[in-house]
Amino acid sequence: MGNHSDGSPNHSGTVATAGQNDVEKFQDPGLPPHRLRLADTDPKAAKRAERQVAILFGVSIVGTLIFLGAYFAIDLGNDSTIATIRNQNLLLGLGTAFAMLGIGTGIVHWAKALMPDHEVSEERHAIRTEEDRQAAVRIVDDIVEETGIKRRPLIRNTLLGAVALAPLPAIAVFGDLGPRPDDKLAHTMWAPKEGKLKRLTRDPDGTPIKASDVTIGSAFHVIPEGLNELHEGKLNEKAKAVVLLMRLNPDSLKISPGREDWSYNGIVAYSKICTHVGCPVALYEQQTHHLLCPCHQSTFDLTQECKVIFGPASRPLPQLPIAVDAEGYLVATSDFKEPVGPSYWERDEHERLINS
Amino acid sequence: MSASSTADAPFVAKTKVGRFTDFVDERVGGSGILREFGRKVFPDHWSFMFGEVALYSFVILLMSGTFLTFFFDPSMAETHYQGSYTPLYNVEMSVAYNSSLNISFDVRGGLFFRQVHHWAALLFVASLGVHMLRVFFTGAFRKPREMNWVVGGVLLILAMAAGFTGYSLPDDLLSGNGLRIIDGVIKSIPVIGTYISFFLFGGEFPGTAIIGRLYVLHILLVPALILLMIVIHLFMVVVHKHTQYPGPGRNDGNVVGYPLGPVYAAKAGGFFFIVFGVVALMAAAFTINPIWNYGPYDPSPVSAGTQPDWYIGFVDGALRLMPGVVNDFHFEYVVFGHTLTLNVLLPALVPAGIIFTVLFTYPWIERWITKDNREHHVLDRPRNAPTRTAIGVAGFTWYCVMWAAAGSDLIATHFHVALNDVTYWLRALFFIGPVIAFVVTKRVALALQRKDREIALHGRETGRIVRLPHGEFIEVHAPLDDYKQYKLVGFESPAPLPAEPNEHGVVTRKEKRRAALSKWFFEDRVAPATPAEVEAAHGHGHHEAIEGADQKSLSH
Amino acid sequence: MKALSQKRRHPLAAIALLLMGLLLTGGLYAVATTVNQAKAETTTYSASDTEEGKKLFEANCATCHGMGASGTKDGPSLVGVGAAAVDFQVGTGRMPMQMNGPQAQKKPLQFNEDQTHQLSAYVASLGAGPAIPEEHLLDEKGDAAEGGELFRVNCAMCHNAAAAGGALTRGKFAPALADVSGKHIYEAMATGPQNMPVFNDANISPEGKRNIVTFLKKIEANGSPGGADLGSLGPVSEGLFVWVAGLGVIIAFTIWLTSRSS
Repeated sequence: MGNHSDGSPNHSGTVATAGQNDVEKFQDPGLPPHRLRLADTDPKAAKRAERQVAILFGVSIVGTLIFLGAYFAIDLGNDSTIATIRNQNLLLGLGTAFAMLGIGTGIVHWAKALMPDHEVSEERHAIRTEEDRQAAVRIVDDIVEETGIKRRPLIRNTLLGAVALAPLPAIAVFGDLGPRPDDKLAHTMWAPKEGKLKRLTRDPDGTPIKASDVTIGSAFHVIPEGLNELHEGKLNEKAKAVVLLMRLNPDSLKISPGREDWSYNGIVAYSKICTHVGCPVALYEQQTHHLLCPCHQSTFDLTQECKVIFGPASRPLPQLPIAVDAEGYLVATSDFKEPVGPSYWERDEHERLINS
Repeated sequence: MSASSTADAPFVAKTKVGRFTDFVDERVGGSGILREFGRKVFPDHWSFMFGEVALYSFVILLMSGTFLTFFFDPSMAETHYQGSYTPLYNVEMSVAYNSSLNISFDVRGGLFFRQVHHWAALLFVASLGVHMLRVFFTGAFRKPREMNWVVGGVLLILAMAAGFTGYSLPDDLLSGNGLRIIDGVIKSIPVIGTYISFFLFGGEFPGTAIIGRLYVLHILLVPALILLMIVIHLFMVVVHKHTQYPGPGRNDGNVVGYPLGPVYAAKAGGFFFIVFGVVALMAAAFTINPIWNYGPYDPSPVSAGTQPDWYIGFVDGALRLMPGVVNDFHFEYVVFGHTLTLNVLLPALVPAGIIFTVLFTYPWIERWITKDNREHHVLDRPRNAPTRTAIGVAGFTWYCVMWAAAGSDLIATHFHVALNDVTYWLRALFFIGPVIAFVVTKRVALALQRKDREIALHGRETGRIVRLPHGEFIEVHAPLDDYKQYKLVGFESPAPLPAEPNEHGVVTRKEKRRAALSKWFFEDRVAPATPAEVEAAHGHGHHEAIEGADQKSLSH
Repeated sequence: MKALSQKRRHPLAAIALLLMGLLLTGGLYAVATTVNQAKAETTTYSASDTEEGKKLFEANCATCHGMGASGTKDGPSLVGVGAAAVDFQVGTGRMPMQMNGPQAQKKPLQFNEDQTHQLSAYVASLGAGPAIPEEHLLDEKGDAAEGGELFRVNCAMCHNAAAAGGALTRGKFAPALADVSGKHIYEAMATGPQNMPVFNDANISPEGKRNIVTFLKKIEANGSPGGADLGSLGPVSEGLFVWVAGLGVIIAFTIWLTSRSS
């Protein structure tokens, strides 16, 4: 294109002047001449379009009938199968679709083919006129003047104060939406009750787990003993207490000081609630010993005490200290030593509280 | 008003409809409105229809939603399912989930209405998004429509809020885990996060209050606000009249199109039925939100592929992209004894914050840079505003990267790549994607402008190859008619506006910044061909009618 | 001819020859025992099964798993993995592996039913492990609802609530479970192939596994009541569908609607 002054930015000097508004521009040639449609000139075509519109409306009538037929003829009794529901759904939907598309396409076809298609030009008017503006300004001035608000600052100031304070009750009444958090997030059901250690039980049926049940490569989804018997707040407790129990070769575990007695023979228990935003981290890869969260892909390395090795989480999963009781069942020797789940403002405070 | 002309002969309407209208008019005086609107002109273009798609989707949502409320029970009390879907028989669940299952399996047409409602919801937000993209790329947000652009942005947020509150109502496993993610994000807010969480859920997550509260928001507050915003939006459309694409006969002082009655009203009215028909078709043949697969909400299980509906996807994707630990640097730390968890807070708030801040302020930003305070009723073709178009595409690309990240696991399984690699790539694209998009888009827009200019100067390529006497082959170019030519040359191409001193004769630093931005905005530009240039191009082509084309073919 | 003679000298030629011979004997054996097939389904193995299995093993598996299946750096020891593990890995074509990758993938079967049976017999003889499940555990007549609960707690996070599969770390994935036989699903739970954890009978009882198989087969047979399931992948495929198909059709209509009639 190099031969032309093609306006390429490399040599925009010539072009920039050409584009200035003082340079002569093309005259608007006005609306293009109107082109007649087939239906405007040929009565046969018009008649044909008319028939087509009528057929489309007819399709709509058929669609409505299909809907009614599917609604009344197909019975969703107690013995209905999924296939019956699927068929009814399909027929109801197709009926509605025909009914609606028939009317819609019919009307549009009618408008396109038979209604006048002359493009019209309408003037735009100024959004406001100067006369209106001045009148409005005068009115506002008069209003302000008549209230006397400028002359009586005492009224104005007390009114402002009253209006500013009036919404406070509206905010205050929401105070009972929920209780204060206090330290509820710091504790879970795993804390021993009256000196009795809680057994690890299977999710969902709540049967206790023996250490010998947990073979290498196993993953047990665990809830605390007694959870299923709760009547109030069962899901609240479950949301904090769920644990994943796994067993791997004891040699592959890197145990940090202070946690030596938290596991049993390669059996370890970790909170299932992601430290990112709280999805259950339940994907256990038994060969790589990785735990993966399906929501945001945080990956934790079980051999390194669930250290974060990938993804958006920033903190390891909390470990539940476990041991075996006299009957060979796995028990939690204490509650988690830190709050479980996503981080929150008071979390560090709570962690210190737990460990004090 | 019609009664006022009763001096000698009383006004008698010709048709039945006319008589009925007269009856109503005598009592409410609506003829003024009809006179104003009856023949109001609306321009016709397919890209102008997305606002209507959104409006109609909303109407469908109101209708199908009303049906659903008759059968839905937003209680979180425990119950055991006794309905006809055997794979969940006798499973413990909330009343809300139970009633959602009953709507799906035991209410005739219930499943259809659920699917209509959900498909319409997805379409509602999608059409809103496309409508806003159209408005942005054509510059329809410029004066006098800035406020309406803001109202549109508010509508987008409200639509997302309506969608999210509705997504959570069935209390199934998928939406429950979605709520749990929201809870985790709320808890990351400094100082007040824990309190907000406890107030929202009425105590600890999940509690027994949240579904009922979301239900009130979903069926009362949010739709009422949407309705209010729609009324304001449409009122302003009427005040401003619709914009129109540039072309012969169209300017800032007129509006060219079809009169409301009958053509435009028929098309727009018919289009409602078409949108409804398309939604019905989707609901008939394609499952959406199969809550029976997910099971009741329980804090222990989770399903692979746990994602929000598409419009919240970009936030979820941002959450996925953010690394929690980079080379032993943890994005969560303790400040003055309090936990600050930036690995959640940053991705949840910053990208959405940037997108909506830029979206809401863009009309003013551009007005400040260009100092263009005129009213615009004729749209820009996107290529004729290369920098704006590039900004828009860059922003949209950024959004799409986050959007794609929300499906990173599905990208991994369906394209047989490693999940981790998908995340690494998307992390890189998060930063360089918008830059590449900006540069490429701007170049493409300029190239298209150059192409337009080329056609205006030399006519369009006919595809007819002619052999000249001396043996050379050339393609014949046909001149354009006046109307087509005007479409290619009838646009403004503003030049950079240098810094100007203010009333004290000082060029402020702000003004210098503005001038620099103006330069960035308009520096690369292709001016429309002027009559003189066209004349010249034709002139040296006259004695040999096809020489212009000759040169063109040489220059390649 | 030249090409053929070259191939004959190829190091793999011996293995190929051996395989052909084995296939032949296996085929003959299959013909001979069709009458007793019902009996062969049970987990009792004859001495000849073990013997044949040993030969097959040494020819096809020992390279990676070592002589006597004691394991090498390329493949784990198979002592004590049980017949179920072999039946799953070989019966779904995952073993023998074509190449090392993030995980062994399902592919066309390399051994016929009888050879799989023989291999299972051999590996089972090396040490006690999960046996091939008995017929009554695979009758798909358990409690689907209870199976569904177990599935959601233990399986859905990897395999997706509708068993459509999902991603794991670094290129690994949990496969979709449609079209997988009940026997193989059961065996996978019992043996924990590759990165899947083991769900031994103390974790999920045989009755529980039966319920899970029942649940999976039931939802597979049911299909989706709402029409095409879009892969059961959840909101991502729904969003994609509304943008591509939903908006696509609507745009087509808007173009028709605003175009001039001819």
